[in-house]
Amino acid sequence: MARRRELLHWVAVHALAIAASLFFVLPFVFVFLTAVMSDDQALTRALWPRTWEWGNFRTVWETPGFLTWWRNTLLYAGLGTVLAVGSSLPVAYALAKFRFRGRNLAMMMVIAAMMLPPQVVIVPMYLFWSRQMDLTGTLWPLIIPFAFANPFSVFLLRQFLLTIPREYTEAARIDGCGELRTLLRIVVPMAKPAIAAVALFHFFYCWNDYFGPQIYASEDPGWWTLSYGLESFKGAHQTDWNLTMAATVLVMAPVIVVFFFAQKAFIEGVTLTGVKG
Amino acid sequence: MSAAVHTLGARRRRAALRTLGFLSPWLIGFSVFFAYPLGATVYFSFMKYDGFTDPVWVGLKNWRYVLFDYPFFWPALTNTLWLVAVMVTLRTVFGLGVGLLITRIKTGAGVFRTLFYLPFLAPPVAATMAFVFLMNPGTGPVNTILDRIGLGEPGWFNDAQWSKPALTVLALWCIGDLMVIFMASLLDVPKEQYEAAELDGAGAWARFRYVTLPNIRPVVLFAVVTGVIATMQYYTEPIVAAKVASGVIGGSGQHFEPGYPEKSTLTVPQSVYHLGFQRFDTGAACVVALVLFVLAMAFTYVLMRRGSGFLKEDD
Repeated sequence: MARRRELLHWVAVHALAIAASLFFVLPFVFVFLTAVMSDDQALTRALWPRTWEWGNFRTVWETPGFLTWWRNTLLYAGLGTVLAVGSSLPVAYALAKFRFRGRNLAMMMVIAAMMLPPQVVIVPMYLFWSRQMDLTGTLWPLIIPFAFANPFSVFLLRQFLLTIPREYTEAARIDGCGELRTLLRIVVPMAKPAIAAVALFHFFYCWNDYFGPQIYASEDPGWWTLSYGLESFKGAHQTDWNLTMAATVLVMAPVIVVFFFAQKAFIEGVTLTGVKG
Repeated sequence: MSAAVHTLGARRRRAALRTLGFLSPWLIGFSVFFAYPLGATVYFSFMKYDGFTDPVWVGLKNWRYVLFDYPFFWPALTNTLWLVAVMVTLRTVFGLGVGLLITRIKTGAGVFRTLFYLPFLAPPVAATMAFVFLMNPGTGPVNTILDRIGLGEPGWFNDAQWSKPALTVLALWCIGDLMVIFMASLLDVPKEQYEAAELDGAGAWARFRYVTLPNIRPVVLFAVVTGVIATMQYYTEPIVAAKVASGVIGGSGQHFEPGYPEKSTLTVPQSVYHLGFQRFDTGAACVVALVLFVLAMAFTYVLMRRGSGFLKEDD
């Protein structure tokens, strides 16, 4: 009797799980199937490709600009991540391990900056980058601020550094280690998983960013990113859903590939933001 | 004695300098990229400034314009509040539901977890374009299937009634972040509490209500707070959906009707962009930006306060 109930429970749960999978996976499937349809078929309501036009991917790949967008996105995400993690680490360490007056205030500043919608300050920020710095029309207004700590990275790194017992840093200090050496030699090796998670988050944030490149780089196609360029791609191919979906697949693919290689760091990172936050 | 005091003072000064050194990236970053532009936003909200001639003091003129004459402000505000109410609630409930489901799966849990998580990774522009295609009334697979099984065919992103629900479906598809944090917190609930409740004869609902929910309350709160913050900034999905669905897209400088269809997807951040970067009305853009600022801080404050109450209850 109990076994029968257990079996029924198993069937119910897995039926529900399969139904949910359809919701999560079918959009990918239909996007892919449309991406390999011929131009004519993409104009119909067909769900399954009659011929498999793998050349669509090549057409997208060879679109003028596509490789430039790739390069720009990598520059923005790569350099931005290195700068943000590098500059946020000492700040997070000081907030987690130093005792000083104004520490709570400094932490409040981090949280307030995290909560602040970027659109609140975008108008004066744009004027600053165009009038004072003359850097609009490039991605530099997005990359340079990351050299001055990123509130979200500071917050996450601090949450993790708090979990490192004081004894480790105290011991290093007694051995005559300066704070900077303690941070680099003792703390960083212990915090590797957290640093990897924060770096991944940051990389994906930049990779996905649309607002920033739209504001600062839209005036020069030579500085567009994949996210921004993808939209213009639809503009150039008004009714060709097949090519647009092929471009969509090519923009989604790298993220998903990276995910499969770094799945553990990802899941750990998300729980770091939530459960310990 | 005086030497000792001197070295103590010197040591303190050294410690203060060291702290300052470690914090300096953030002190500079906060001043230049947060405090200064926030002050400048307040300043410009009282100025007439087109970016070319010098700013001129106009008092409350920009505020009057935004509140009474700018046709996109109130639709943007009501849309943003609609999204905060509906999207955040549904995402939290759905995320918790999917998290519960994942913890109950016995066979293939890892595969299911990956499949459920994957959409969260899709870049928002790509995901939005995919959904505008999937739900387009002409050739979209969603309406094709709805038609085949004999259901109605909504206009989705092309119909003012359906555009926000369509955006909500997209937001539910990208539930991976919430699913993972709910899953982790559900696994942290002490097993003994469930066993004790079962011995007391508690049913499934009672166990959820009196054991699960109190234990995961902080995470529910976290989901709501971050959800509200993200929804206040909701920009990419609605603007890309409006551009793609209306067929007006392309490089910079192309103008399209904000919030297509019929202002139904216009959000507050979008109207900052519209005023500041399409109409070059710096003053009015800063007024809307300040409304957004006040709204974001007020929501955060209320939720945090209610949250601390929640947390105390558990003690």
